[in-house]
Amino acid sequence: MQSNAALEYDYSVAKLFTFTTILFGILGMVIGTLIAAQLAFPELNYLIGEYGTFSRLRPLHTNIVIFGFTLSGIWATFYYVGQRVLKVSMAESKFLMAIGKIHFYLYFVGALLAVITLLLGFSASKEYAEFEWPIDVVIVLVWVLWGISIFGIIGIRREKALYVSMWYFVATFLGVAMLYLFNNMEVPTYFVSGGIGNIMHSVSMYSGTNDAMVQWWYGHNAVAFVFTVPIIAMIYYFLPKESGQAVYSYKLSLLSFWGLMFVYLWAGGHHLVWSTVPDWVQTMGTVFSVVLILPSWGSAINMLLTMKGEWNQLTDNPLIKLMVLSSTFYMLSTIEGPIQAIKSVNAIAHFTDWIPGHVHDGVLGWVALMIMAALFHMAPRMYKREIYSRKLIETQFWLQTTGIVLYFTSLWIAGITQGMMWRAVDEYGNLMYSFIDTVDVLHPYYVIRTVAGVLYLAGVFIFAYNMIKTMTSSRTLTEEPMFRSPMA
Amino acid sequence: MFHWLEKNPFFFAVGVFIVIAFAGLITVVPDFAQSARPVAGLKPYTVLELAGKEVYKKDHCIACHSQLVRPFKSETDRYGQVSLSGEYAYDRPFLWGSKRTGPDLHRIGNYRTTDWHENHMWNPKSVVPTSIMPAYRHHFTNIADIDTAYAEAVTVKALFATPYDAPNGTKLGSHEEAKAAALEEAKVIAGNMKNKDVKDAVANGQVPEIVALIAYMNRLK
Repeated sequence: MQSNAALEYDYSVAKLFTFTTILFGILGMVIGTLIAAQLAFPELNYLIGEYGTFSRLRPLHTNIVIFGFTLSGIWATFYYVGQRVLKVSMAESKFLMAIGKIHFYLYFVGALLAVITLLLGFSASKEYAEFEWPIDVVIVLVWVLWGISIFGIIGIRREKALYVSMWYFVATFLGVAMLYLFNNMEVPTYFVSGGIGNIMHSVSMYSGTNDAMVQWWYGHNAVAFVFTVPIIAMIYYFLPKESGQAVYSYKLSLLSFWGLMFVYLWAGGHHLVWSTVPDWVQTMGTVFSVVLILPSWGSAINMLLTMKGEWNQLTDNPLIKLMVLSSTFYMLSTIEGPIQAIKSVNAIAHFTDWIPGHVHDGVLGWVALMIMAALFHMAPRMYKREIYSRKLIETQFWLQTTGIVLYFTSLWIAGITQGMMWRAVDEYGNLMYSFIDTVDVLHPYYVIRTVAGVLYLAGVFIFAYNMIKTMTSSRTLTEEPMFRSPMA
Repeated sequence: MFHWLEKNPFFFAVGVFIVIAFAGLITVVPDFAQSARPVAGLKPYTVLELAGKEVYKKDHCIACHSQLVRPFKSETDRYGQVSLSGEYAYDRPFLWGSKRTGPDLHRIGNYRTTDWHENHMWNPKSVVPTSIMPAYRHHFTNIADIDTAYAEAVTVKALFATPYDAPNGTKLGSHEEAKAAALEEAKVIAGNMKNKDVKDAVANGQVPEIVALIAYMNRLK
């Protein structure tokens, strides 16, 4: 390994993506909290006419959190971590610098177009793949630019061996490219019909059951390759860096990586249990979901054991606390998912609030906490200032932890209650409840979930405030901290 | 081998791609042709129904409603016959949804009427007093996009051999014929409605979104 003493890394692209991570984080979660409130208080559906109903806003929430907040976080960390683990600065290549900037600006324009078109109701109506074809084209271009960035910087690297984080970033690039392309195969009707109707409209190349298979192969694995794989890339870099500890086991890293790659793509079928897709596909989905516990827990345990002998850091460094809690939530949601994939459990859980409950302990607990911890770690190094306030991080931590716990417990209860009521029969075998009974009963849980959302959102605002203060008015640092991030 | 891969990013990427790619091939491809087959007697959507399906997509009804009756007695008692793969053969995209904040709609046409939908979409609480569904009053004033629906029908007929204009099937015809047919269909539905603006619009040759949506709902059986 060469010395990097003289190397000055260039964080201009990472800073741009840091900005959009904060922006889309706030936007996505404000909408999320609003639509959670709408379920408890339906009058809130009428705030902005036809554009403000739950149904119109829900795709905005999911897409902004996935493709806005999370992707920005992934790229902010990539443009930071990539240089450092490959021991090469972006400033050394004018070409890569230009690509990085175009990557950002095209992404930002695409994201704004996506928000506007979804709000106007242009939707392919496939979950997390709602964008109509022109937006898809922009996304593909953005993705290609990222690919050039990744392989470009790998091409001029000084450190020959790729660090674990780079394995996961490369896998994210390949996985999403494949999934996105195949799931969004659609034909613009305007061109085939010779110029009739709306130019934005398209029709899926797959129909019915096949469309469902492709969609959930995508839907599940988009989660894998946006919400899991790149987040593992982050924790493999930031936890050892912040704690000053070496990763516990190289072999466990290898096993978890290749295991995850192999197993994850089979598990999409668990979204289609008891549907009309072939039985064997459903069974494969269930079986591989259970097997998936191994590589998932492999990574999480590897991270927790990295802290071996240094658990005291948990009490005196709030960033370690965020990252350890994050990997703990990763373990929770990766044991919960396989449980829901089991056929008999799925019969109750599917279509209920337990499913969004599961998604949110993953995304709020694992993804968002890790991204925020990563940005906090990066801030003193990028802006050469110490973190503005340790107290605010502590406050944020407790608000958000309380929020997540309230969120998933209320939706667990709501989901199982509703699932059981749908199937409840009286002594003569007749259904006991009409559908609306099973909606009425959920009101208190929807209220709790809204409160949970407000708590979490408050934490996000505190995070944003803390970051902006760090960038602008915190005490400046004369030299880069080695491990633990300095904070006031 | 793994050490070597880590130093050779190209082969590393190829390796990752192979490992992630074949699961999709193995689960999707073998039954593809069989899963694309329609049940006997299934007719393609009419242009008006397609326009209604577009409204369903535009307002993202799948956020709260499924279209999949699972094979349990509790579901068949509540919603009707178990859903069959072939019933979805002309659904591009599929609209099964993943969440039932409201009830399943795959057989809604069997037990709800035009009149019920009209009241419900105007004010859900008028028919279900504790409903948490929002009203969709903009469907009564927005005009459905019949042209785009026609373009879609032409596209699926040309590219996916969806059997429009087959004997005893759904007639498509030329653009003008299709528009006229959609309007005729819309008149029948508007005849069963009481909203004056809707009736006036249809009399003037326009189809409000609510009429197209009800055509689609009534078709779901």
